[in-house]
Amino acid sequence: MEPLLRVEDLRVDLPTRRGLRPAVDGLSFDVAEGEIVGIAGESGSGKTMTAMTLLGLLPHGARTSGSARFDGRELLSLPRRQLRDLRGRQIAMVSQDPSTALHPILPVGTQVTEHMRHHLGLSKSAARAEAVDLLATVRIPDPERALGAYPGQFSGGMRQRIAIAVALAARPRLLLADEPTTALDVTVQAGILRLLDRLRRERGLAVLVITHDLGVMSAVADRVAVMYAGRLAESGPRAEVLARPRHPYTRGLLDALPHPEAADDPARVALRPIPGSPPSLGEVPAGCPFHPRCAFAVPACATDRPEPLPVTAGHLLACPPDPLHRTGAAPADEEAPA
Amino acid sequence: MSSADSALPVPVGRPRTRASRRDLWRFLAKRLAAGVVLCIGITLVSFVLTQLVPGDPAAANLGNRAVEDPAAVAAFRAQYGLDKPLPVQYGVYLGKLVRGDLGESQQSHRTVKADLAEYIPATFELALFAIVLSLVVGVTLGVVAAVFRDRWPDQVLRVVSLAGVSMPTFWIALLAFFVFFYKLGWLPGGGRLGPALTPPPRTTGMFTVDAALAGQWSVLGSALEHLVLPGLVLATYTVGMLLRFTRASMLEILGNDYVRAARAKGLPERVVVVRHVLRPALISIITVAGLAFGSLLSGTVLVETIYSWPGLGQYAYTSAKNLDLPAIMGVSVVVAAVYIAINLLVDLLYGVIDPRIRLS
Repeated sequence: MEPLLRVEDLRVDLPTRRGLRPAVDGLSFDVAEGEIVGIAGESGSGKTMTAMTLLGLLPHGARTSGSARFDGRELLSLPRRQLRDLRGRQIAMVSQDPSTALHPILPVGTQVTEHMRHHLGLSKSAARAEAVDLLATVRIPDPERALGAYPGQFSGGMRQRIAIAVALAARPRLLLADEPTTALDVTVQAGILRLLDRLRRERGLAVLVITHDLGVMSAVADRVAVMYAGRLAESGPRAEVLARPRHPYTRGLLDALPHPEAADDPARVALRPIPGSPPSLGEVPAGCPFHPRCAFAVPACATDRPEPLPVTAGHLLACPPDPLHRTGAAPADEEAPA
Repeated sequence: MSSADSALPVPVGRPRTRASRRDLWRFLAKRLAAGVVLCIGITLVSFVLTQLVPGDPAAANLGNRAVEDPAAVAAFRAQYGLDKPLPVQYGVYLGKLVRGDLGESQQSHRTVKADLAEYIPATFELALFAIVLSLVVGVTLGVVAAVFRDRWPDQVLRVVSLAGVSMPTFWIALLAFFVFFYKLGWLPGGGRLGPALTPPPRTTGMFTVDAALAGQWSVLGSALEHLVLPGLVLATYTVGMLLRFTRASMLEILGNDYVRAARAKGLPERVVVVRHVLRPALISIITVAGLAFGSLLSGTVLVETIYSWPGLGQYAYTSAKNLDLPAIMGVSVVVAAVYIAINLLVDLLYGVIDPRIRLS
């Protein structure tokens, strides 16, 4: 059976001042019902554009190719009207910053119920009752009263949970969570991640978590895809990819996580940044896009475009030299996330 | 969830209780007190300014021959208290003002209050017609321009709004007069009512409202007909201005994350535009609309003159020409009070639209 979402060879070109430039290039991944899949990468690696593509909310003039099938329907060629009916109802989004994603001057109740009523045809009172349940589910204290309050009256963590309640209101099957915890402090972060985990277990919700934070990934994701400059670097089961990274970029991301305990342990380095910075849109180098920053680059990396190939079952790697195959020593932090 | 969550603050939503109503009254009282002080300040400024203008009220009002008669001049000055020192004159004026006495006009020989009561409703009716028209047309077109940004409807509307704000009012007034009254004869060219009709029984002084209240439909029709041309002319500038302003503030809000979030919810575009974009945009739109209404009320001189509309603009103009001090002061105080009232109304509307203002 086909998974709920199957993205194959997705390419997204965005209009820039110098013409169309690829933001996502040759990306493939699946998300099954009840599964949490993480897409990781630095800012500008095309993560958010992937989510916008699935919602049909790309900027004017953007072009897509490849395929993104949701429940058997091709999202890339779906008529606008049908795509709109899908948005919110089947595929919902929680975005990065809860202080800007909730409307500042509409009451929470309106924001939770408006699309519920539109998509599900609920009466005002039925929608309200459901909204109260939903706010209770995301652990908002005194949900009755919260309906009449405004986002500005809640803390950041509560706003993010309200945003999740808004996203879940029309009972979607797939949740796109774009950096759902970036703006939050660590304890609140853990609460949100546990909430996502509970929802997938209780409701069979499929979640695509988009983040630059591998710590968040390792806490909740079943499978992980690492993107660099719009392309897939490596993907596979979380334990595989994070415990035995094969792509130098994944390795670099893991090393770039802070390790406070390193202060007591001379064998460890507190934080090792990846030298250089990711290329901007339209300035992606030829060959492997990561080669200018890669410590293991060989001459072929500058010319040959690496394709993702299976290295073990379900583990794809776009790095033919595969320098970490045997030396890929276990990274330090499988158990130190979130 | 976890202990971390129970440490989060409980929302501090403040329901609309007696306490917040008391806050509202305190706010209103403060603003009214400030308004009174401002009005007094304005009387002082206009008093000083009228004294600085070269010219003698006696000469302006009595005519050339009487000015040569010292007895007549002295009598005029004594009648209007002009023979007293300036601070005393001002003190006397203020004392009367507090009791609601605005003095007597030197040209109409009626109380300024009676004059204003006659002219203000006429101007108010005209300005209200113009501002309502401008809001409906300007805001609607501004929304259209923003939604169709950089496509043809936007390009067309950009030209329209530029024309609206840059064509001089007197020129539009003359052009419209020439075309719609003189050439086509579609609309009356002046006055507030057809010559055969008598004004409706006075309730508000606005002929349209009074006629409707009295059920005099033919009078209402004629009053509306007479409102159209001067109203349209007055509205051209405000339509252009509100169109540009609405477009700009809509575009600013369209770029927000919460608009993208509204689209991601699969709401119909109409709901996104009206509820999620126009509503917050209204906050800046009503600020401009309030100012525009104020300037419509005080700036109708040209239009009132061309369309022989017996309103405040014409009254202010003739009073200034004749250095009719009590009348000038009366107009200034009224215009100041109107501005203060409009600003207060706009501030109250902010609170209606934006809960952040209401709750802070």
